[in-house]
Amino acid sequence: MKTKLEEINRNIYDIKNKDEYEFKIKKGLTAEIIEEISKQKNDPDWMRDFRLKALEVYNKLELPTWGPDLSELNMEEIATYVKPKSKLNSSWDDVPEDIKNTFDKLGIPEAEKTSLAGVGAQYDSEVVYHSMREDLIKQGVIYTDMETAVREYPELVKTHFMKCVPVSDHKFVALHGAVWSGGSFVYVPKGVKVDIPLQSYFRLNSPESGQFEHTLIIVDEGASLHFIEGCSAPKYNKVNLHAGCVELYVKDGAYLRYSTIENWSKNMLNLNTKKAIVGKNAKMDWVSGSFGSKISMLYPMSILNGENAKTEFTGISFAGKGQNLDNGFKVVHNAQNTSSVVNAKSISKNGGKCTYRSLVRINENAKNSKSSVSCESLMLDDISISDTIPTNDIRTDDVEFSHEAKIGKISDKTIFYLMSRGLSEEDAKAMIVRGFAHPIAKELPVEYAVEMNNLINLELEGAIG
Amino acid sequence: MSKNMLEIKDLHVNAGEKEILKGINLKINKGEIHVIMGPNGSGKTTTANAILNNPAYTKINGSIEFDGEDITNLKTDEIARKGIFMSFQSPEEIPGVSVTNFLKYAKNKITGEPVKIFAFKEELKKYMEELNMNPKNMERSLNVGFSGGEKKKNEILQMLVLNPKLAILDETDSGLDVDAIKTVSKGIEMFKNENNAVLIITHNTKILHSLKVDYVHVLVDGKIITTGSQELAEIIEENGYSQYK
Repeated sequence: MKTKLEEINRNIYDIKNKDEYEFKIKKGLTAEIIEEISKQKNDPDWMRDFRLKALEVYNKLELPTWGPDLSELNMEEIATYVKPKSKLNSSWDDVPEDIKNTFDKLGIPEAEKTSLAGVGAQYDSEVVYHSMREDLIKQGVIYTDMETAVREYPELVKTHFMKCVPVSDHKFVALHGAVWSGGSFVYVPKGVKVDIPLQSYFRLNSPESGQFEHTLIIVDEGASLHFIEGCSAPKYNKVNLHAGCVELYVKDGAYLRYSTIENWSKNMLNLNTKKAIVGKNAKMDWVSGSFGSKISMLYPMSILNGENAKTEFTGISFAGKGQNLDNGFKVVHNAQNTSSVVNAKSISKNGGKCTYRSLVRINENAKNSKSSVSCESLMLDDISISDTIPTNDIRTDDVEFSHEAKIGKISDKTIFYLMSRGLSEEDAKAMIVRGFAHPIAKELPVEYAVEMNNLINLELEGAIG
Repeated sequence: MSKNMLEIKDLHVNAGEKEILKGINLKINKGEIHVIMGPNGSGKTTTANAILNNPAYTKINGSIEFDGEDITNLKTDEIARKGIFMSFQSPEEIPGVSVTNFLKYAKNKITGEPVKIFAFKEELKKYMEELNMNPKNMERSLNVGFSGGEKKKNEILQMLVLNPKLAILDETDSGLDVDAIKTVSKGIEMFKNENNAVLIITHNTKILHSLKVDYVHVLVDGKIITTGSQELAEIIEENGYSQYK
């Protein structure tokens, strides 16, 4: 029974709809292509110019010389814009059936009914559904696709769009600036507490293409929000690219929790950039589960700019055969009495590679700050790889800083102990892995914790030979 | 039905290259409590591990039958599901898995039936009270941060919940104070009935003060060199093992 369930689950993520679209840009990356995307998207002039400048920056920047080898990525083979055969809808009934079916099977409309305050759903390059609870609209909360935001809230967008993550940050952010499409925009007005989460889900269906959604969230003074991001794609033979960008503004006294479950297919290069600017007495929490993708380079970052700003990062990566997950967290302490807590875990099996790469920087002005980092990795066999590459840049003595790293394997004794209680070897390993991941799972809403456990079971399937 | 439950015949077992068990013979019937005593290094723990077929030990010769079935080369979990339980000398720690969830999962694996959560928790609570365990431990990660005594009591708790046909207690009494030993004995008495059996492995005799046993076997250098009644344990308590060397 259990095996059958797992098979169904795998099928859910692997649903491949026919590559149907209203418009697919030709492969490659030239000024003409950017102009065409801009035209297709009805950009205002400032956005078109922004894209073209970003392309110039992209052309000047080099690929990163550290981390995983990205040489297999050939932008000449990637279509950066795929417009689905659907407009933006506010009712699921209006979403074309094959697209709606995909989201149904991923459980999105169901979750919307039971446990979410609002939902956005993106298919390839455009958002096909967006909706939020009426009472939140009345309180002035804005939750919409990024294109609508550009049109309807130009001032808010112009003052925040790619200001937190400038296009000069690195090559893939510049690429993102040039070809971005879709994503979500959230504004929570001063003092408004959004009690249950908003969720955006990003689905890439089209082969040899890229997804470049832009998520911009502003949580104004004293407001609070929990935002959930989910992503998946079916597996194709050639590489797909995901280079999204997430910009988070957590203003004074505000709270934002950003939870992610990424389950990209194993032909995906996931080169995503996420950054938060955290104000005085504000708190930014990250919860991150990174499962799929062939290569992942993902280092969410908190910049603690206000006094007493706090951030916590809780994350797990799971790398199987052929996967190289280079994930981590960056934090800059840039004011007094700031604090950061990092709890990162990784699991590798069947030759998979997990690297925890991090930066903790405590500036001179960040007196009386605290940072505590713990990273733990679990390797399920002798051929898997785990590495920790921390950079700690502490520029004042008046701090409390700790870094703890543990790398472990499942011991035969532990397996024997569990088997003596009636668990098969596979059950025993799965239980140990689930227990290892539990501190992360318990930070997620229960439906997502269940999904994460299912993903772990999927990853473990056939892992034990 | 035959009364015979476990029968070990001429068992030779190696740990690595070294021969530890050199021909063990042992018969345990339903309703009996057996004790294996012996000095350190005599092969007591190896005997327990060999019954559960721990892959860290190699069986060179001999056989083990349980309920008339040859279990010599079954996998550990299959043996557990046949109804053999072992209480560990050093129980393993499993971070992130609560005592409740672990036992619920194990019970389901052993019985093959779904576990009713409410009744199960009540049962667990009742046993924990009897064993003087802190009920808060139910939600703690299995054995993580438990004291030596808490770990041992937790093994007895598992025995009661999983309710095996044969419980092997490997040095469950070692390192415990008098009160904890009494609690362990109480657990064994709660467990014991005419249809199951207990095999206690120990190097001292304290636990035998509060427990009535049927047979005492003395294991020295990989062989059972003598078998007697409870009185044999008293003699050993007085004279030690030197007479058998």
